[in-house]
Amino acid sequence: MTQIYAPRAHEDHPPFLYSDYKSTVKRSPSHDLISIVQTLTETTGPGPAWVDLSDDDADLTTNAGTGGEAIGQRSIITGRVLDEDGNPLPDTLVEIWQANACGRYMHWRETAFPAPLDPNFLGVGQCRTTDDGEYRFLTVKPGPYPWGNHPNAWRPAHIHFSLLGPSIATRLVTQMYFPDDPLFALDPIFQSVPEHGRDRLIATYDHSVTVENWALGYRWDIVLRGMAVTA
Amino acid sequence: MSSTARGQTPSQTVGPYFTMRLSGEGENVLTTPETVGERIRVEGRVFDGDRRHIEDALVELWQADSSGRYHHPADDRTDVPLDPAFSGFGRCASDFQTGAYSFLTIRPGPVPHPNGGMQAPHLSLTIQARGMLNPTFTRVYFADEEAANAADPVLQSVPLARRSTLIAERVENTDSSVPTYRFDIRYQGDDETAFFDV
Ligand SMILES: [Fe+3]
Repeated sequence: MTQIYAPRAHEDHPPFLYSDYKSTVKRSPSHDLISIVQTLTETTGPGPAWVDLSDDDADLTTNAGTGGEAIGQRSIITGRVLDEDGNPLPDTLVEIWQANACGRYMHWRETAFPAPLDPNFLGVGQCRTTDDGEYRFLTVKPGPYPWGNHPNAWRPAHIHFSLLGPSIATRLVTQMYFPDDPLFALDPIFQSVPEHGRDRLIATYDHSVTVENWALGYRWDIVLRGMAVTA
Repeated sequence: MSSTARGQTPSQTVGPYFTMRLSGEGENVLTTPETVGERIRVEGRVFDGDRRHIEDALVELWQADSSGRYHHPADDRTDVPLDPAFSGFGRCASDFQTGAYSFLTIRPGPVPHPNGGMQAPHLSLTIQARGMLNPTFTRVYFADEEAANAADPVLQSVPLARRSTLIAERVENTDSSVPTYRFDIRYQGDDETAFFDV
């Protein structure tokens, strides 16, 4: 018999159409989603074997491979990937991308913001969760950056996270934010999340993760859909 | 229950820069010389509500192998052979100028449905983009599998008027050396692609 996943908690996620974030207006479905009985197509998904990883991939301060180190506040981002019942999810591929310490992305489309690039910082990393569901990255804290959504629009500092969870049904791409950012209230992407779910996207400063004379530590757990209770 | 259980982490958009990490060169080719099965190409374009192409969509493909087995521990059917040379997963970023995406893969085998019977051969697509706060999920069926499509419980659950949005047509006159299918993805309007709440 097929094990199935608990429903996607639409009330915990942003709506498809959130007009303050202008690009959603033409890029959201207009019909209702069609309910489906989960089959093997939905309850399976790409496994950890899909990409080869090396330990270097999780250190964004050096993985540009230039021999130099990225400029910025060294930051350790760690946490656990769990399901809704608190079970750790091992062997989950976690992929991240982010702006540099000045708020600039190493991407050919990023041309409007005259902040410097850092030749020693690509802004990409990946790792696989351990048996305890733990992931860990060493990076530099990204800067906020402007975007064209509305006049004087700035994104709060954030890191993009992609998780290939246990199945297609658990696929998640999201963004992690840093505590106490004054831009939260002004950012329609952050505000698109229903109020009760917003703190789930904000990492916690964790002094036990901070390494003396080296890097600040942040903890952020990620919760994916759990299994449905089946008879 | 764990003390840390606190509800699903909310989704956010992939934004315009996901290609930095997601969708590398060659990740839209699922086959190797060892892969078993008939090679096919699936191509299409992604369009917004004004039918302008979406220049920065991430399309992810998930499918069974040529025997209909998924490369995943939850598919533990030992009576169906597993092709070790086929992961079943691929990624493609849409073309900036045209919104086009494509995959080179194999024709999947049929997969059982939990309520009984077999599903028609199909691909699962997950689409994300700047301006999409959540992923959308759809399925690709093949126009030349008429009988299997007619018996497919998922396809038959889609309102008749929208079913054709899930059928990939065979493309003739292509310079591709393998059978090629066209599957456009459209947001909004009468011909919006049917998206599933998976
Ligand atoms: Fe960003």
